[in-house]
Amino acid sequence: MFACLHGTGNLAAVAFDFSPLVERTAPDTVTCDVAGLDRLFGAAQELAAALARRAAETGAQADVALAANPDAAICAARGFSGVSIVPQGDEAKFLGRLPVSLLRPSAELQETLERWGIRRFQDLAALPPLGIAERLGEEGLRLRELARGEAERKLTPLEEPSRFEEELDLEYPVELLEPLEFLLARLLNGLTTRLATRGLATNELRLCLYLETRATQERTLRLPVPSLDGKSFLKLLRLDLAAHPPAAPIERIKLGVNPVKPQAAQGGLFVPAAPEPVKLELTLARIQAIVGEGRAGCPELLDTHRPDAFRMRTGDRLHCPKALVEPGGQTALSQGAVLAPRGQCCLSPAPFAFRMYRPPRMARVTLVSGQPSFLAAERIRGRILERAGPWRTCGDWWTIDPWSRDEWDIALSDGALYRIYCEPRGWFVEGSYD
Amino acid sequence: MSAAVLQKQFESLLGGHLGWQEKPAAEAVPSGIPEIDRATGGLPRGCLTEIFGAPSSGRASLLVSILAWATARQEFCALVDAEDAFDPLSAAAAGVDLPRLLWIRCGHNAEHALRAADLLLEGGGFGVVALDLGDTPAPAARRISLTSWFRLRRAVEHTPTVLIAVERQSNAKTCASLMLELSRERVRWSGGKLDSARLLGGMRVAVARRKPGLAITAVFESGAEPNGAATIGSGQDAGQFVPE
Repeated sequence: MFACLHGTGNLAAVAFDFSPLVERTAPDTVTCDVAGLDRLFGAAQELAAALARRAAETGAQADVALAANPDAAICAARGFSGVSIVPQGDEAKFLGRLPVSLLRPSAELQETLERWGIRRFQDLAALPPLGIAERLGEEGLRLRELARGEAERKLTPLEEPSRFEEELDLEYPVELLEPLEFLLARLLNGLTTRLATRGLATNELRLCLYLETRATQERTLRLPVPSLDGKSFLKLLRLDLAAHPPAAPIERIKLGVNPVKPQAAQGGLFVPAAPEPVKLELTLARIQAIVGEGRAGCPELLDTHRPDAFRMRTGDRLHCPKALVEPGGQTALSQGAVLAPRGQCCLSPAPFAFRMYRPPRMARVTLVSGQPSFLAAERIRGRILERAGPWRTCGDWWTIDPWSRDEWDIALSDGALYRIYCEPRGWFVEGSYD
Repeated sequence: MSAAVLQKQFESLLGGHLGWQEKPAAEAVPSGIPEIDRATGGLPRGCLTEIFGAPSSGRASLLVSILAWATARQEFCALVDAEDAFDPLSAAAAGVDLPRLLWIRCGHNAEHALRAADLLLEGGGFGVVALDLGDTPAPAARRISLTSWFRLRRAVEHTPTVLIAVERQSNAKTCASLMLELSRERVRWSGGKLDSARLLGGMRVAVARRKPGLAITAVFESGAEPNGAATIGSGQDAGQFVPE
């Protein structure tokens, strides 16, 4: 069974949604092999209706025809509007009323047939093959076969495009995000459907906005795991565009996705619950809209002795959960698992944590015998009761940004424990022990 | 007719005591400090736990311990840091698995911190969500309306998440299921005052459970001894808890 789509729009994409064997017969005609799809769609009418529906969804205008051989399907799609099912064995009768010009003969042959009064498929099909071979040659015989719906051939397969991109030229520039969201939803819907029909997902969205000022704005959203959740994609794009609004009205939109295999992971009974990745990405996008970009993520220590050296990892944010807890490992999930035996854990029993002041608070320090004895800084003031130090540290002296400082741990009369340091710029309170 | 009489009539009609008003006990997780766990029964999931005390009273140490144990259980944790005060270095040294910790830096804005915590609870999937208002000035923290705390309590209800708020003073009032007040008893310095190699070794912290039930006090030592041995719960002084 073969299907043919004749019309305008991205017909090849529609055909690839149903079959991997697609032929671009002509710029306005696409043929595909749909053998075996009856198990999925049922009767041929159902399959043809699904094809027409999918074409309408993607914005294509196409006439659809199904037939036992590709050329009969092509002729029916070109000749009849809407959905046509060519009955197997009755192709000649079904196609009989179509004009011969549909077979696209050469100009010379067309003229000859006109002179003979052969205007329809049924007229050509009724002619004897021997006489046609003698008078019109091989081309005449091929036309007769086509007119009878008996031509058999293999499809010339079209390579499936690996790039998943959709473009939309707007009739008038869009200024507001709300109408833009509707357009993005349409593009996303088409892309996610195309991905879903191929059993793929995406981990990257590329949005390119062509602005009225001839400038372009490109945004790329990367997901920690592949997904097909179009609604979440739309929300992510909306939050991103709200954070980075286009500088001018938009004339054209191009949206692309990176096709990847979906991640298949089976959750374990004893694996603690973890945030759903796409939902977490959405939550983080919302939080970043509140607290600012780059202020939410996993802290990562840098390989340096420079104080407060870390970076925020915002891309691949949270490590994926392990498949299972180690055998005999501690889950502490069951009721009553409150007090875990300490021997099973190598954690520090009660850490001594530090709170940073970012940025460090500039301080005025009074020295007595070379040791700090009084401290005054923003919201901190008091006599230094106890102290330990100085501890001299330095580093990066081989770079253009060296650092060196003398540190003290102090107990102030206000009751708190602080770490202060002295560097060439002056005295600072780095933070407090808590 | 009082509710008690109605309940008695209802029970006599159906025969036997009905526990229809009793709420099942919340599942609890360890804080990592046995003295506190023994005194409190652990940190309840689906509830708000309030940790408050003066600066340098051990609040951050307790919080880091909770995060370290939660990440060791392979749970994902979120720290909403209102004052941008979290120190990843000391947290990593305490055993916090940083790749399992989501850190939200709110840049000295308590309101942003509340909204971020609300969004995280709404998203779900975290073992611990900690809201650190420990360095937020007390007047600013007091200005947080009770409605906001109710909203957080409502958001965490019926979830497996432990919601922790770290503050200078108790502000959540009735919204908190567990309230722990921390105070520093003494600071441990190694060496004499004139010793050039003197070190700040840690501190001894008293934890008072203010809610629920009767007040119970536990004592623990924060930080390791200079020789590297942990002191928590091993000494006669440490690890005891007595009713006030």
